[in-house]
Amino acid sequence: MSATTAYNEKVVRQFAVMTVVWGVVGMLVGVIIAAQLIWPALNFDVPWLSYGRLRPLHTNAVIFAFGGCALIATSYWVVQRTCQVPLISNKAAAFTFWGWQLVIVLAAITLPLGITQGKEYAELEWPIAVLITAVWLTYAYVFFGTIAKRKTKHIYVANWFYGAFIIAVALLHVVNNLAIPVGWTHSYPVYAGAVDAMAQWWYGHNAVGFFLTAGFLGMMYYFVPKQAERPIYSYRLSVVHFWALISIYMWAGPHHLHYTALPEWAQSLGMVFSLILLAPSWGGMINGIMTLSGAWHKLRTDPILKFLVVSLSFYGMATFEGSMMSIKTVNALSHYTEWTIGHVHAGALGWVAFITFGAIYFLIPPLYGKKQMHSVKLIEAHFWIATLGVVLYIASMWIAGVMQGLMWRAVNDDGTLTYTFIEVLSATYPYYIVRLVGGILFFVGMLMMAYNVWRTALPEQEPVAKAAAQAA
Amino acid sequence: MNSFWSWYITIIVVANILACWWLIRWTAKPRPGEAAQDETTGHVWDENLSEYNKPMPRWWLWMFYISIVFSLIYLILYPGLGRYPGVLNWSAETAYATEREQAETRYAPLFAAYAEREITELATDREAMQTAHRLFGNNCAVCHGADGGGAPGFPSLTNNEWLYGGSPEAIKHSIMHGRQGFMPPMGGVLGERGVDEIATYVYSLNGRSAPDRLVNAGRAKFQQHCAVCHAADGTGNKALGAPNLTTENWVYGGSLEAIRASIRDGRSGDMPGQQALLGEDRVHLLAAYVYSLSAERDTEQE
Repeated sequence: MSATTAYNEKVVRQFAVMTVVWGVVGMLVGVIIAAQLIWPALNFDVPWLSYGRLRPLHTNAVIFAFGGCALIATSYWVVQRTCQVPLISNKAAAFTFWGWQLVIVLAAITLPLGITQGKEYAELEWPIAVLITAVWLTYAYVFFGTIAKRKTKHIYVANWFYGAFIIAVALLHVVNNLAIPVGWTHSYPVYAGAVDAMAQWWYGHNAVGFFLTAGFLGMMYYFVPKQAERPIYSYRLSVVHFWALISIYMWAGPHHLHYTALPEWAQSLGMVFSLILLAPSWGGMINGIMTLSGAWHKLRTDPILKFLVVSLSFYGMATFEGSMMSIKTVNALSHYTEWTIGHVHAGALGWVAFITFGAIYFLIPPLYGKKQMHSVKLIEAHFWIATLGVVLYIASMWIAGVMQGLMWRAVNDDGTLTYTFIEVLSATYPYYIVRLVGGILFFVGMLMMAYNVWRTALPEQEPVAKAAAQAA
Repeated sequence: MNSFWSWYITIIVVANILACWWLIRWTAKPRPGEAAQDETTGHVWDENLSEYNKPMPRWWLWMFYISIVFSLIYLILYPGLGRYPGVLNWSAETAYATEREQAETRYAPLFAAYAEREITELATDREAMQTAHRLFGNNCAVCHGADGGGAPGFPSLTNNEWLYGGSPEAIKHSIMHGRQGFMPPMGGVLGERGVDEIATYVYSLNGRSAPDRLVNAGRAKFQQHCAVCHAADGTGNKALGAPNLTTENWVYGGSLEAIRASIRDGRSGDMPGQQALLGEDRVHLLAAYVYSLSAERDTEQE
């Protein structure tokens, strides 16, 4: 390939830096709300700091700000290099950056003010939803436009996943946000009742499936073989699990609505498709982990590879857990408990954040013209503190969740419930504290990363130049 | 669901599942001209990205097949394919009804036995009160507090004061059928000055000192606007649930500001009836429990 191709690295750099910034912000809010669950007084009686408003701020910040910036940064990097052409339009790419940042800032203002559609992960009111649509369509134009003018014959597998993620998110976002505005800050969805709930969870689960899974699998398919310097394990496995994953995921949403007013046929389909989904999900994990065969020794010395490989392990764990939790009888125990929170964070911290850390540590040095990160030891420390944080977080939530499920259903000989709700809540406090500790550790790791990225980004002070300056 | 949608769902579900099966079968077989096991496919991206074309792990293929077979069997047994109800004819509605029925046959006799006893006597039965305490904890405590001590807007059940009467019958009636208390907003009629005067008068009713001028003005207006429900002396009317204003127990708070708010904006209380949810026998037991909470009562209290 020609070494002179002028790739657009500016927009990648911008998104990569904001990934770190929003990571710090989003995880800080997560730590605050975890503390509020133990000490409710931490909202200081200020409405803008109340749990109900900060919680969507946390989820939006980590998923769409941190995760979104990471996905766009890496997809722009990957699509240029695997197609051997610069982005189709630098102006459009710049619009996606500033537009996306504006969306995030508007979210950070409106959510604490209590302006919300009340739909989980789709809280942002219609003017912001319209802006998201504009940014997303531009993003799709930049990405697919670049693929269209590629110089390589075949489209690299990472781009299949990024492409599916971009198309599916556009579809999900538009359909779930159809609403009739009443003023600038309020609207009513066009759906009602169980249909609205189903539209919401069709969106909600596919946000997990396409935003947090397919998109990050795209990231995985580039950075794992790059960092391991090994070929992808199996092309045919990529083909099978890609098509199976994107067709099956679309059906899985109803498992969020087991034992509700949703018609039974939809609940059953949600469950069986979630079970079939396990194999396609694991296909990505196998392809990633097996890519390391022949390069296992690198794990000892390379903390970036550690992040990437451990993320795949958490991915495998979380997808297995998800399929199991979608079984109706298991769901009867797990639903509405902290288990769900543990499950989400096994995926969000263990998979999404870990693979993002690996990818960003990979990208920052070349983006700033450096050979490697300022401190490789600090990456190593980040890896271990973050791993400890995730383990504390998910283990405490598993135990708390199963305990809650069992306590809620415990019945006395006279048919009365053994425990009142408040007794279950007070039994949960010790686990809330362990979770908070885990969250703080993870957040501290994020701060280490921010420091490391900042030091790497600083212009190098050439010793020679210094000496020359002194001589002069 | 009409048959169009039923078939629509059935066809795309089955097609999607079978397509997965076909996809695995089709790709699992090596094709002529394909890269050998230890060779890459020959494509290279970004200097060094390439792909092997190794066979898919056998255990993984089995896992895929098994999940598909399980799902097809599940969809034959249970509802899922449009209107088709499944061989087992299972539905959440009938499953719930059956479980409920089983629980009722098991537990109903216990509560039926309690229901035959007098509330006053039941209130002293330790075992019965333990059961009732658990019922209270899961059905009443969320508003009235775990100890029945109440919260702003939700009356305390532990003192001897009753909005609708404290006789066993009155308590049971309150729980069975619920109560709707309504204090109309008087701010429009009285104006801010009138609200202030009456509030000050009400504030003084239980012996607290307040500016005479306001109290006197308030007394006159009270007779005109409030006495119909709260009685001329402010002792209230249990037939209406109009609270007694002369004691230290306040449903919505007894500060001057809270009293002003009650008069100006009105209040609306809703105790939901529990008959449909719990049935009369359990309500009977709960009534005994609530009765027992203020057992050191003045027996003349109604």
